[in-house]
Amino acid sequence: MRIVVDLNRCQGYAQCVYLAHEVFRLNGQEALTYEPNPDDARRLQVERAAAACPVQAIVIDRLDGEERGETS
Amino acid sequence: MTWRATVEELVREFRASGRIVIVGASLAGLRAAETLREEGFTGSLTIIGDEPYEPYDRPPLSKQVLKGWVPADHTKLPRMREVDADWRLGVAAIGLDRAAKQVRLADGEQVPYDRLLIATGTRARQWPNPDEAALDGVHTIRSRDDAEQLQKELAEPPSRVLVIGAGFIGSEVASVCRELDIPVTVVERGSAPLVGALGGVIGEIAAQMQRDHGVDLRCGLGVSSLEGDAAGHVRRARLSDGSTVDADVVVASLGSIRNVEWLEGSGLAAGFWGVGCDAGGRAFDINGVVTDSIFVAGDVARAPHVLYEYQFLAMEHWDNAVLGAEAAAHNMVNLEPNYRPHLLLPGFWSGQFGVNIKSVGVPPFGDEIVFTQGSVEERHFAAAYGHRGRIVAAVTFDHGKWLEYYGKLIEQSGPFPPPPPGWDQPPDVKPMPAEFPDPRVPTAIPDVVLTGHAPSERTAEFRPRHR
Ligand SMILES: Cc1cc2nc3c(=O)[nH]c(=O)nc-3n(C[C@H](O)[C@H](O)[C@H](O)COP(=O)(O)OP(=O)(O)OC[C@H]3O[C@@H](n4cnc5c(N)ncnc54)[C@H](O)[C@@H]3O)c2cc1C
Ligand code: SF4
Repeated sequence: MRIVVDLNRCQGYAQCVYLAHEVFRLNGQEALTYEPNPDDARRLQVERAAAACPVQAIVIDRLDGEERGETS
Repeated sequence: MTWRATVEELVREFRASGRIVIVGASLAGLRAAETLREEGFTGSLTIIGDEPYEPYDRPPLSKQVLKGWVPADHTKLPRMREVDADWRLGVAAIGLDRAAKQVRLADGEQVPYDRLLIATGTRARQWPNPDEAALDGVHTIRSRDDAEQLQKELAEPPSRVLVIGAGFIGSEVASVCRELDIPVTVVERGSAPLVGALGGVIGEIAAQMQRDHGVDLRCGLGVSSLEGDAAGHVRRARLSDGSTVDADVVVASLGSIRNVEWLEGSGLAAGFWGVGCDAGGRAFDINGVVTDSIFVAGDVARAPHVLYEYQFLAMEHWDNAVLGAEAAAHNMVNLEPNYRPHLLLPGFWSGQFGVNIKSVGVPPFGDEIVFTQGSVEERHFAAAYGHRGRIVAAVTFDHGKWLEYYGKLIEQSGPFPPPPPGWDQPPDVKPMPAEFPDPRVPTAIPDVVLTGHAPSERTAEFRPRHR
């Protein structure tokens, strides 16, 4: 699956880190880093994290696989 | 049929069966395509990109990808919706014929359009000496492939990395090197890291932060030449003070160059600073007259900004690409008075040395700075930039929660120094010069550049300022 975090919006509340620590990490006190294309097995975790983000900074792919351009 | 009804009919017809071409298949190009479909455009959509990959995100490249946590091909952008486009990936646009309304591709094909979006972004400025730039181990970083190759070399690991230019990307690379425990030397021509983007006062703090993390930081110096071994691998750099640095990986982070060459001869206002457009994304022609069918978004665009005296701003920021693309796409399938302006208050983030550096507004527009919250020693603070008694930008180090407060003040033309948010104020709140380099002196190009005034100023209406 694919995600992107709008890091302008993210305020480092780290809710996502608690809910999906394989995907989201804090580097220091406030700088969030993450795996943009996590394994599909993590989907539920990531969806929970996105729902819990107080500023709704986590954007999840709304397409599953089809129609993504010619090559990848 | 009345004139108005005819125009509305035309818009409807265009939405149903017009032809839109987007050149540049990255963040701005993708978000524009999605917006066009969202707005009900059902005509034909062609997306041309010279990279062989579908749209991916660049900010992770100099951060989690370089560190080796995330593979370079794990940066593909999520899709907001289907775009049902004809993707032409791996082929560059090499010309624009505005009279025939066609984009010429490198493979000889001509792609006709009714409306065109230019979203060709920027590329990394290469090390100027081509022979030295061709040495193994010499890198720039803009694309997935760049990051993948550099990450491999960092993993080996090298005995020392040399970073030339301490803007945001160069500083992030240095930070990753230290996190990987690789010795790193940073050579910066300016007085400190990040001076172009944040000024000398913040630059000094960034310099101290780098040194505390073991970076061998050398400011006020240039690299005069790179030397390779017999096998053609870079081994050493000679600096402008005559000293040398032994390094087997060199990262040139010398700012960016806008991808406008393909527009040569098209008669558009395209050049060194990007493609000029109005705040709705409509491109200017070379005479400064706005075009009706050509739009611009993302890193390659430069538009007048109402909050910054209508100066043309080129903003190489992620949110500018997203929001500029959305506004331009909306305007491509609408007509006056339904145009939407792209009035973004620019924002930026950079993770380095375990600190989250964020800014809002346009720091280089300010000439003064004041620390408003937190503690500089702990690198946990907020500072505001001012210009003629007005707040124009703010920067935070691990204090990002407060940016919104400053952003609101900037939007409201709030006073400088700003009223304190009533929390964790430092004892000494006094404005001082922000120490930006003279804009006429070429440094690594900052992330937001002011590039002059627009002719449209006189028709604007200003809200009176309360003093
Ligand atoms: C390493 C790195 C780190 C970054 N970190 C941050 C950050 O932390 N925060 C932040 O706000 N921003 C950051 N940015 C900036 C952000 O990535 C850009 O603002 C954003 O990518 C701009 O998107 P764009 O679509 O306008 O341009 P680009 O992403 O540059 O895309 C333009 C596309 O057009 C293609 N193209 C060019 N010419 C042609 C042609 N003639 N024909 C066909 N295709 C063409 C290019 O190859 C490219 O694929 C970073 C950028 C880099 C490189
Ligand atoms: S929960 Fe949201 S705000 Fe908090 S760190 Fe994650 S993305 Fe950022």
